[in-house]
Amino acid sequence: MTMKISRRGLALGVAAAAVLGFASAGAKAETIKVGSFLAVTGPAAFLGDPEKKTLELYVEKINKDGGILGKQVELIVYDVQHVADKARTAAKRLIEQDKVDFIIGGSTTGTTMAVVPLVEKAEIPFISLGGASVIVQPVKKWVFKTPHTDRMAVEKVYTDMKKEGISKVGLIAGSGGFDKSCLKNAKDLAGPHGMDIVASETYGKGDTDMTPQLTKIKSANPQGVLFCGFGAPAVTVTKNYRQLGIAAPLYHNHGSGSKKFVQGAGKAAEGVRLPAAALLVADQLPGADPQRQPALDYQAAYRERYGEDISTFGGHALDALMLMKAAMEKAGTTDKAKVRAELETTKNFIGVDGIFNMTTEDHMGLDLASFKMVEVRNGDWKFLY
Amino acid sequence: MLAEFLQFLFSGITVGAIYALVALGFSIIYNASHVINFAQGEFVMIGGMATVFMMAGGLPLPAAMLVAVAIAVCAGLALERFAVGQSRGASVVTLIIITIGASIFLRGLASVVWDRNFHTLPSFSGDEPIRLAGATLTPQSLWVLGVTLVVAVLLFWFFTRTLMGKAMLATAHNRLAAQLVGINTRFVLMLSFGLAAALGAIGGILITPIAPTYFEGGVMLGLKGFSAAIVGGLGHGLGAIVGGLIVGIAEAMGAGYISSAYKDAFAFVLILLVLFFMPSGLFGVRGTERV
Repeated sequence: MTMKISRRGLALGVAAAAVLGFASAGAKAETIKVGSFLAVTGPAAFLGDPEKKTLELYVEKINKDGGILGKQVELIVYDVQHVADKARTAAKRLIEQDKVDFIIGGSTTGTTMAVVPLVEKAEIPFISLGGASVIVQPVKKWVFKTPHTDRMAVEKVYTDMKKEGISKVGLIAGSGGFDKSCLKNAKDLAGPHGMDIVASETYGKGDTDMTPQLTKIKSANPQGVLFCGFGAPAVTVTKNYRQLGIAAPLYHNHGSGSKKFVQGAGKAAEGVRLPAAALLVADQLPGADPQRQPALDYQAAYRERYGEDISTFGGHALDALMLMKAAMEKAGTTDKAKVRAELETTKNFIGVDGIFNMTTEDHMGLDLASFKMVEVRNGDWKFLY
Repeated sequence: MLAEFLQFLFSGITVGAIYALVALGFSIIYNASHVINFAQGEFVMIGGMATVFMMAGGLPLPAAMLVAVAIAVCAGLALERFAVGQSRGASVVTLIIITIGASIFLRGLASVVWDRNFHTLPSFSGDEPIRLAGATLTPQSLWVLGVTLVVAVLLFWFFTRTLMGKAMLATAHNRLAAQLVGINTRFVLMLSFGLAAALGAIGGILITPIAPTYFEGGVMLGLKGFSAAIVGGLGHGLGAIVGGLIVGIAEAMGAGYISSAYKDAFAFVLILLVLFFMPSGLFGVRGTERV
């Protein structure tokens, strides 16, 4: 699998080199080059794979509809797995060799942060698909992002807890980067939201049983528990939680927003609440919700092409591509500085992640309303509000 | 207070029993070849993953489990036949490095043949927890403990009552002497890898309904099993079981009473302590019978 993709990457590289050679030979290249580096294989493939598929699908669509500013779009994707070094190499190649006009990528926060200095120096507009708030806080001139931050997820959960009359919170988190960042946000935001953290426990990588940690949390009598993590531990924590018969409602973060979690935890998942992108519950959104139609369209197009369900991650790539398109069309040129300026003043852009309103202080531009609160009911997502 | 203690204990012995199965695998291969097989965790992963995919292919759970164990045994035999066995005469360190390579290969293979997602199995007999003095125990935990006990008894019988088992013990004591009295030590080596793979796979199948498995899911279980084998005395059967339970219980109690942030550290601190005071493990007194 790795072989196949790297060969394809190689082929793309060769193709790109050929185009370059052509261009330097005097002919004017009439394409807009979009470079991307994603975790197509490796442990973060669940992010990079739908992102790559989405980019390919929609670049094709854009080209069929006449391209951007009358020019065809050329997509160059490098697989960097979840490795910061590979991301740096790929970004260098995109900037120096492929001479791209725009960069979309970095499936993860780690690979994104490794590339930020290069992009800033080369002055190329860059939209990241990484999750953490550190990517856009503090603001970096050329760096934008489309996914909601983990901080927003925690805020949304606390808002819902307040609604339910919960003020004593228990936290359980893993030891990965995402988990830690979520945990830190949960602790930082507790005060401002009037939450009192009565217990905070962590588990290790590869742990198979979290009942000791949950027993401790149970004995602290929280009114609600927030889980910070994703993947296999989400299932184990949820099963252990039900085994111990803890009555307080269990909240997950948006990392559990995948069918894999619901299937894995089975009956134990019933009643778990989490903030999720609108994509997850597109068909349940009220007709007036501006996110409903774009989300349904994306779902239909993706399913038709690949025969599989969409994930929220592919949606981030779609929004990044469309934000780029809008900015270039408004700027009327692919001039990097002008495109960047347009991107920064994006207003009321309706994407599948939500409505983007960028400012000089906010390079993500989403607000809490774009996150939807959902609950697991009968093995499926139930849209709450 | 008692309820909490019991809860930690239940958690510890369940996980400890899995560590014990992995540790037994380490010990059996160590005895036959003096190799520490770092692909042991991958056998655990193969057991879980193969069962999941056999079930997805339409097999009922018991049949899927048997096929999964068979697949793991094949992987174990192949590891011996094509990697470790090919390098006879190489130093033990070389052989250990080969097993590390094999573990990476098996993980890669699993991610390609199956996938990178995590998977779970239905519990063998329901999810309704059993309540005991304020603590809860899942029926799956009872399965883990019961099967581990049966496996331990069978192994004991095999090593003390059958000719083949005695031949394996003899090889462990002195390979050359065993060869001279007509024991096929090459076959013993094959058998040890097959047996270790089967033990790992059984552990993997038992734990998957509790904790989902994925292609890298065997790494940490392998390391913990290795810790258990060291604590109990590498190459000692009873030591592996006791070691597994000690590591499991220490982790659960540590996470419960001290700090969950250092849960993984307890197992490794335990190793350091044991190695410091009893360099050959709790049971591994030099010159005694090793299983």
